[in-house]
Amino acid sequence: MKILFAVFAAFAGFTAFTSPDAKEILDKVDRNMSSNNRVFESSMIIHGRRTTRTISSISYSVGTKKSFTEYLSPAREQGTKMLKLDDKLWIYSPSTDRIIQISGHMLRQSVMGSDLSYEDMLDDRKLTEVYTSSLVGKEKLGDRDAYVLDLVAKVDDAAYFAQKIWVDAERFIPLKQELFAKSGQLLKRTEFSEVRQVQGRWFPMTIVYKDMLKEGSGTEFRITSIKFDQEIPEYLFSKASLKK
Amino acid sequence: MLALKLAFKNLLGAGLRTWLNVSVLSFAFVLIIFFNGMIDGWNRQGRKDTIAWETGKGQFWHPEYDRFDPYTIQASNGLMSDEILKETESKRLVPILVVQATAFPQGRSLAVILKGIDPMQTVLELPVSALLSDNGIDYAVIGKRMAESAKLKVGDKLLIRWRDKNGTFDAREIQIAEVFKCDVPGADNGQIYLSLRTLQEMMELKNHATYLVAGEEFEDRELENWVFRDLDFLLEDFNKIISAKKAGGSIMQIFMLLIALIAIFDTQVLSIFRRQKEIGTYIALGMTRAQVVGIFTVEGGAHSILATLLGAVYGIPLFLFLNKVGISFGVGQGMDITLAETIYPYYSIRLIISTILLVVVSATIVSYLPSRKISKMKPTDALKGKLQ
Repeated sequence: MKILFAVFAAFAGFTAFTSPDAKEILDKVDRNMSSNNRVFESSMIIHGRRTTRTISSISYSVGTKKSFTEYLSPAREQGTKMLKLDDKLWIYSPSTDRIIQISGHMLRQSVMGSDLSYEDMLDDRKLTEVYTSSLVGKEKLGDRDAYVLDLVAKVDDAAYFAQKIWVDAERFIPLKQELFAKSGQLLKRTEFSEVRQVQGRWFPMTIVYKDMLKEGSGTEFRITSIKFDQEIPEYLFSKASLKK
Repeated sequence: MLALKLAFKNLLGAGLRTWLNVSVLSFAFVLIIFFNGMIDGWNRQGRKDTIAWETGKGQFWHPEYDRFDPYTIQASNGLMSDEILKETESKRLVPILVVQATAFPQGRSLAVILKGIDPMQTVLELPVSALLSDNGIDYAVIGKRMAESAKLKVGDKLLIRWRDKNGTFDAREIQIAEVFKCDVPGADNGQIYLSLRTLQEMMELKNHATYLVAGEEFEDRELENWVFRDLDFLLEDFNKIISAKKAGGSIMQIFMLLIALIAIFDTQVLSIFRRQKEIGTYIALGMTRAQVVGIFTVEGGAHSILATLLGAVYGIPLFLFLNKVGISFGVGQGMDITLAETIYPYYSIRLIISTILLVVVSATIVSYLPSRKISKMKPTDALKGKLQ
């Protein structure tokens, strides 16, 4: 019995030594995924029930509070701009030459028919700020080892009450994320792939969002180029810049 | 009296010409009453239905609530005081909690409004007693329009997602317990009724409501922290639509009336031209010019009396028939305004009298205008039938 206990204690100690704790993992994820600022070009491929659309854009963001996106193609969306400042979101449409603020129930509408809602775009606080985490195991996702973490909201105003997140055990970037309602209903699933090293940090270049309550194959978000810690002019994050 | 006798004698003597004028005028007369009767019928039914299904005799709104501004909905609810709770228990007030949500029928996403309502309420005609549940299922009641747009029927299960008072997503499956049919889109379109207690629990907003609907038995008074909205306010849009419809319809009525009046005017001009000798004779017999003008004016105006009588002959049976069977507007279900599928026209005494007066007065005026020429005639030339 004593031997068995000693073996168990040794194994537990070894596991504790090799696996960082959940908070440490999340910290590393936040460090990889967050930056002072970033500029990236991306394509959003929306797989609808009948058709697939691709929308390309360029985005500038500073921390989690400010971001500015300009849509580049297709022609119908070209020139549409989106500005996020704290918890406010404005959209400029060149066809109407008007700026409208997206709030209330409009925030629940999907962004250009994708599986992302406007409020998904607004809520991008660091995981460690919003959730308490616990490491529940280790799994293999494709050819990558991943820590599996259960996250439960520690603040009242978290958009998703709970999350399950698979974190690459070597690169500390999320590989898969499942977002749950308070009732436990799975609401969204996000899968990250094509992980590359950019300016010394690992970053997933393709993210697939899937609203689990809706039919369809989800929305693919492909980053074609990304640069961190750039000099972004401050005037970009003003309503005036939307009409420029 | 002599003028009236002469007028009718002359009119009946004119034969077909008179009856042609009278027919056109009577058609305008019947059409005016019919159209206004339809609008009044729509108005009466619409108001009655809206009061019964949506507004009650008035509502108390949370000060932040604006039904036309979706941005206000999330924050516009308040705690009900003991006084209000007592009123709701005695079924004089119905509290309603409004929450924005997304429903997912058949894998589609649909923006909806969740309304929490007491299943035992008796103020509104909404059949929400079906929301009572003793088996753990969250039942919902929806209107026919909502059922059609979401392709839902009784017994169907529907997943809904909403954000609680703190903004955290939650989702739950509900089951459609009843689909009601009503003519008030404001109580139906995009709305899902749940038990008030269930919705309060879903939102973590115990004893909260967005607005309170007052029933007939509610004693009129102010409620602290709630703003009273009377029927004039709540039915403002509906009243505007009715006014706009009336204004639009009046153009057609004026046009119809104008055709009839032009025919009378024309007849009068012709009469005065052809009956110069008669005019000269009247004056020679001692009548003043004003009396002769009076004879001709009454004669023209009498068209309207005959038109009223003729209109009554075919209008009364027609109106009685329409009043009994109504006029079906099947399209009402797809519109955003309160419009019953079948409208029963309403002909008030006021409408009938005002239309008779309109026809008689306008016919008399157009009869008088050409008759004024008589006062300028020379009796001797008139007797000779000379052109003047």
